[in-house]
Amino acid sequence: MNHHIQQLETIANELRCLALRAIYLAGSGHPGGSLSAAEIVTALYFSVLNVDPSRPDWPERDRVVLSKGHGCPILYAALAKRGYFPIEELWTLRKLGSRLQGHPDMRKTPGIDATTGSLGQGISVAVGMALGGKFQSKSYRVYAIMGCGEQQEGQVWEAAMSAAHYCLDNLVGIVDYNTLQIDGCNAEIMEIAPLTDKWRAFGWHVIQVDGHDIAALLDAFAGAKNTHGKPTAIIARTIKGKGVSFMEDQVKWHSSVVTKEHFEQAMAELGCDRIFDTELEATHG
Amino acid sequence: MAERIPNNRVAYGKALVTVGETRPNVVVLEADLGKGTQTVLFRERFPERYFPVGIAEANMMGVAAGLATTGLVPFASTFCVFASMRAVEQFRNSIAYPRLNVKVVATNAGIEIGPDGATHQAIEDIAIMRAIPNVTVLVPSDPVMTMKLIPMVADSVGPVYVRIGRQDTPYIYDEDRLHLEFGKAVLAREGHDVTIIAIGNMVCRSLAAAELLEREGISARVLDMFSIKPLDTAAIVQAARETGCIVTAEDHNVLGGLGGAVAEVLSAEMPVPLVRVGVQDTFAESGDGEEVLRAYGLTAERIAAAARTAMARRNELKRIL
Ligand SMILES: Cc1ncc(C[n+]2csc(CCOP(=O)(O)OP(=O)(O)O)c2C)c(N)n1
Repeated sequence: MNHHIQQLETIANELRCLALRAIYLAGSGHPGGSLSAAEIVTALYFSVLNVDPSRPDWPERDRVVLSKGHGCPILYAALAKRGYFPIEELWTLRKLGSRLQGHPDMRKTPGIDATTGSLGQGISVAVGMALGGKFQSKSYRVYAIMGCGEQQEGQVWEAAMSAAHYCLDNLVGIVDYNTLQIDGCNAEIMEIAPLTDKWRAFGWHVIQVDGHDIAALLDAFAGAKNTHGKPTAIIARTIKGKGVSFMEDQVKWHSSVVTKEHFEQAMAELGCDRIFDTELEATHG
Repeated sequence: MAERIPNNRVAYGKALVTVGETRPNVVVLEADLGKGTQTVLFRERFPERYFPVGIAEANMMGVAAGLATTGLVPFASTFCVFASMRAVEQFRNSIAYPRLNVKVVATNAGIEIGPDGATHQAIEDIAIMRAIPNVTVLVPSDPVMTMKLIPMVADSVGPVYVRIGRQDTPYIYDEDRLHLEFGKAVLAREGHDVTIIAIGNMVCRSLAAAELLEREGISARVLDMFSIKPLDTAAIVQAARETGCIVTAEDHNVLGGLGGAVAEVLSAEMPVPLVRVGVQDTFAESGDGEEVLRAYGLTAERIAAAARTAMARRNELKRIL
């Protein structure tokens, strides 16, 4: 395996640790959907995106819309690690006065491109960003990360239709397909399969990948870049809670409270102690 | 009630089950928040009458409307933000306008929900829902009231919006002595110097404010205006006459909600000084629920201060007139 991929895998693991610690300290939040998106977010922020953390408002930057806004701890972790704000600010998540709101807030947090949290809306916002980019001959690209349960929102399909209509090949929609939502699995609550057929029928180029395989994700993002005339949907097969044995594929870890015991076990499993030693204690002095 | 119910959501879930036992035409729709709204309790007991629509609130309103046309009594639940805003046009045109018998019971009202932040803190839903014709708007304040109210909602005819908080809440009422009627405020505490009109989670805080005021020799009346629409205009006018000044208290924007509704009545029928405690036309933020309430001035102390202000204005007005 090449060195770059290995590095990215280490980063994904580190983001998991940071996100879980933030959620643990906040006393609430969404671990399952944060963990499932770790590789997707890592691939974007540490390889794919053309961004400059020192200029979060740079007009030419690539945009990311976390349409599944509740998964923001993993995004905040990536932004902190990329230097948009200090790592220790992650520990203020969901607290009064914090720049890190329970759901992403583009007016409060450097690096957040869209305010989300109400499912189904982020993908429409991303369509607008991509359309605006095309209209003004900008070369930036827009990435929208959606949940699988979120696919049930009618607005997602309204947005999908409009993106194909306007030939938005600067838009990539990623579905974090972990098959779980809050009240159960997709199949039990409201079936969304066959998802690839649906996106294809709506006029999108569709790529299916293992959403925890960083090399495959990078290939998919490259494939999207080489697709002309239509937007690309990346259907990323993931495991909700990925990386923490007792959270994996468990509906209840969508948003259960992370106790001290849970937290310590998760940190041990992820091998976080070392990370916190080097990164955190450094920032805390 | 033998066992203590922690909050109004659980009371709602339990009441739904009770309602389901005797009313086979009651069905429940849910947009993937059954664990939050507590409709899961109904799902456990009556799985065949529970319809998940997925995360698709707009679609849920339409499906509920269709079910109602067949004679069923659909209860549709999600969070207040989504029920009153994501799906409001569907609610208006498919349910309210044709006066369909759909009961929308939404939870996670107000800024007290805390850490989820502004995207999930409904501070506009009362203003929106009460502006739509044909809709009954109800805001229960404690589990005893919720348990009593839900069967009444099931037996009522026409569209209803019920607004329910998320957090645990103390009992205010005694089951045997609580009498509920749509359009009639509940007198939570008698008093003659000032009237505090409150709803939902602000009723217990208003009662605490009345205690604070009593220590200063001020006697505050507390009206629980759980029926926002129809509104108990008579009780408001009577309070204005008898105490000469009013405070409203709500976990909602002061624009268009309870404060707005009371202001409309007072200005038309009995203009007396009014001080509105509530969210002052701003989005709130993440934080611990109690902390957020405090940061945005939704406390017993602030209600008591508002009462003193209202009384001072009344006294000044008396001098002038
Ligand atoms: C419009 C809207 N309805 C409901 C919710 C509440 N909610 C938050 S997360 C969630 C489940 C999301 O499931 P999925 O999209 O599969 O995300 P993931 O499993 O990746 O966390 C729901 C229903 C919401 N945030 N927005």
